[in-house]
Amino acid sequence: MLSIGLGHYLTLAAIIFTIGVVGIFLNRKNVIVILMSIELILLAVNINLVAFSIFINDLSGQIFTLFILTVAAAEAAIGLAIIVVYFRNSDTIRVEEIKNLKG
Amino acid sequence: MIAHSVFFYIFSLIAIVSAVMVTVSKNTVHSVFFLILDFISISCLFIMIGAEFLGMIMLIVYVGAVAVLFLFVVMMLNVAEQKGQWFSSRWDGGTHIPIGLLVSLIIFFELIIVIGGWKYKPDLLNSLSINISSEVTNTRSIGNVLYTDYILLFQISGMILLVAMIGAIVLTYRKRAGVKRQSYVKQISRERNEGVDLVQAEKNKGVKIDA
Repeated sequence: MLSIGLGHYLTLAAIIFTIGVVGIFLNRKNVIVILMSIELILLAVNINLVAFSIFINDLSGQIFTLFILTVAAAEAAIGLAIIVVYFRNSDTIRVEEIKNLKG
Repeated sequence: MIAHSVFFYIFSLIAIVSAVMVTVSKNTVHSVFFLILDFISISCLFIMIGAEFLGMIMLIVYVGAVAVLFLFVVMMLNVAEQKGQWFSSRWDGGTHIPIGLLVSLIIFFELIIVIGGWKYKPDLLNSLSINISSEVTNTRSIGNVLYTDYILLFQISGMILLVAMIGAIVLTYRKRAGVKRQSYVKQISRERNEGVDLVQAEKNKGVKIDA
């Protein structure tokens, strides 16, 4: 319990990942919170990669964390741009009112 | 060792609580603030575990760029008026909350089972390629690898950022009517005879200017 091992970090990542998934499932407010939940999920993945990289003494995990960070930043920029355009066209970003695709 | 464990538990508790608050808080601006708190505590964990460069990059990229981008969009779109509702305003016979909770609980227990019952492959430690040496700093060892072995991936990630930037600009650009702008081509290609008019002025009459 007192010495922190790999399992602690993996459990933390699992908890944050699950919170992100819950945020996507349950959110009915607006799409921005869903994007934030996706950021949480990517953060959990990053925790996993960094923890493995440190505990098995190999650097490639940290390199791939850098690339995940890049892709996350690009994804946030594009997603927010899409949300801005959608709000401009239809005056709402509430999840329950976005049903143009009949999904 | 004790201090390390205490700080781990403090930071991870803050991270988990703020992740929950991102999901459940009623005001979207508060969600963004809790997202920032989450990123900061996770980057503290990274620095503690020995990945200082990634911790700092997390602070710069996520807190400095991504979260501020979220904050701008939230404030621009005026979505803060949806108060007093939690997940759903009209409960249209929706059973999505219990089913969603159930599915997420199952996902969580599957992850925990995987974490609990897993072992390294026996020849894993021999198959590693890039060892972390304790003599050079974290930043330096990442730089040594990133610009040599992973240069292709590095440049591709730069291309991804470029494409994302162009895409965001193209998506949100719009031409507005009634905005006066300069036209450099028009300014530069002006000739003398359309700007200046030479007139023979008669005495005591002056020149009539037609606008």
